[in-house]
Amino acid sequence: MAKKEYAFYPGCSSQLRGSAANYLVSVESMCEKLDVKMTQIPDWNCCGASISYAGSSELARHVLSARNFALSDKHLPGQDIVATCAACWLGGRETIEKLDASSQLLADTNEALKEAGLEYKPGTEIRHMVEVLVEDLGYEELGKPVVKPLDGVKVAGYVGCQTNRPFGIAGESFENPMYLDKLIETVGGEALSKYEEKVTCCGGSLAFCEPEKAQKQIKNIVESAYDNGADVICTPCPLCQANVEVYQSEINKAHGTKLNMPVVYYSQLLSVAYGGTLKEAGLDGHIIQPKKLQEIAVKVVKK
Amino acid sequence: MGDLNQQMLEKYRNNFLHEVEQKVDDGEWVKMCMQCGVCAGSCTFGPDWEHTPQKIFMMIRAGKREEVLTSSSMWLCTSCYNCMVRCPRELPITHIMHGLASYAHRLGLAPKNQPTRDFSLIFWENCTKTGRVNELRMTISVYFREGFVSGIKKMWALRGIGSGLMKAKRLNPLELFVSHGCKDKDGLRRALKKADEIEARRRGYAVQPRGYSS
Repeated sequence: MAKKEYAFYPGCSSQLRGSAANYLVSVESMCEKLDVKMTQIPDWNCCGASISYAGSSELARHVLSARNFALSDKHLPGQDIVATCAACWLGGRETIEKLDASSQLLADTNEALKEAGLEYKPGTEIRHMVEVLVEDLGYEELGKPVVKPLDGVKVAGYVGCQTNRPFGIAGESFENPMYLDKLIETVGGEALSKYEEKVTCCGGSLAFCEPEKAQKQIKNIVESAYDNGADVICTPCPLCQANVEVYQSEINKAHGTKLNMPVVYYSQLLSVAYGGTLKEAGLDGHIIQPKKLQEIAVKVVKK
Repeated sequence: MGDLNQQMLEKYRNNFLHEVEQKVDDGEWVKMCMQCGVCAGSCTFGPDWEHTPQKIFMMIRAGKREEVLTSSSMWLCTSCYNCMVRCPRELPITHIMHGLASYAHRLGLAPKNQPTRDFSLIFWENCTKTGRVNELRMTISVYFREGFVSGIKKMWALRGIGSGLMKAKRLNPLELFVSHGCKDKDGLRRALKKADEIEARRRGYAVQPRGYSS
């Protein structure tokens, strides 16, 4: 039996052919090494993210999250839900908080869910994957499976917004959370402690609709990583990853810069350090190649 | 939609604060603002906002209904939650901004062709169609929202990113034809339709037509 079991809510971007498909791959290989069993919530739906407020009502968004909770409770009773996407996790947390505080909102949500033959019962916990790592397993446990420490890899831990605010990871500050740096060091990398843009917003979904404004943010995030001597930026959020990686070429076109900084997930660092291959660590899923990590991934370790 | 705006004008007369308290998500918090300005200084796109959240709160109290609801300001919220965690009075500022934007859209007062508003509508339509987001179709809808020629131009300008993502297996033209989705998407859409009916009942509106409501 696995050490820990969870109901898994991967979210839309992590699906096959999605913009964070390699995130899911790396999470799966990381969890396998950690003996963590994640079972996808059957028939889960989109959380509505933070952007759907013009198209939807608040109640409709709670219905989306509550449907996932109800399905999880029905098929995987007693298991905490784990989300890998910052927006999925945040949306779920907001729904739990709001429905706990208002019996009317809870009743309304369930009146709507009844149409799908489901009922949400309060008491659900939704956790971010990072919480599972640092709270349920702990840094010491996370260090044990390391077979290829990330020696000499300088990593800018870019936490961003939605895994940090408004809920964040317990015990961490909003202005300078340390968990990502600690994760980096746990697998032997060098965390750049003076990285100024650690909690700066990348523009989020507005990278789509206000590209110039978002690219200004991204430019700062990447340039600060260069200033601190980073080899790679590491993030816990799929939208941060995509935005910060893919728009560097646009910024170069507009500003004549030569930004070419790889951006990876924490799960990819752990997966590589645990001996994952290029494919297992999702390192074949980048536009800007994380060369240092790829070199480590193909290296053969002597047993 | 114009009618709803007229109805609300007549109902609330000059008391815009009261209107916001009753009609805007988390609007009841607005009166708690003490005008410290931390939100304004913490805002990601703050320098681009016509009116910062701090100003918006005071404008609501001053009854500047038209100026607030027709403003593009709230639509520049990136949902970074910086304002919210720093607010000394713990106002859920991010939610209030979303609520104001949503209400402005509802009344037909949001700026025409506001890019974030349009994206938000596209996103909701996209994710509620099958129950999951289809990123390729969503992207195409966003780029082509101002017409075919401008869409082609935008896609062409970003062709490098597109081909890079395809090579990285994070974008696939197949998504045009096959979509991820919920098996019980009909149940989901029925639940969302019901949610809209309940919402309309609670707020005293007519039910807003959406993709899943027919």
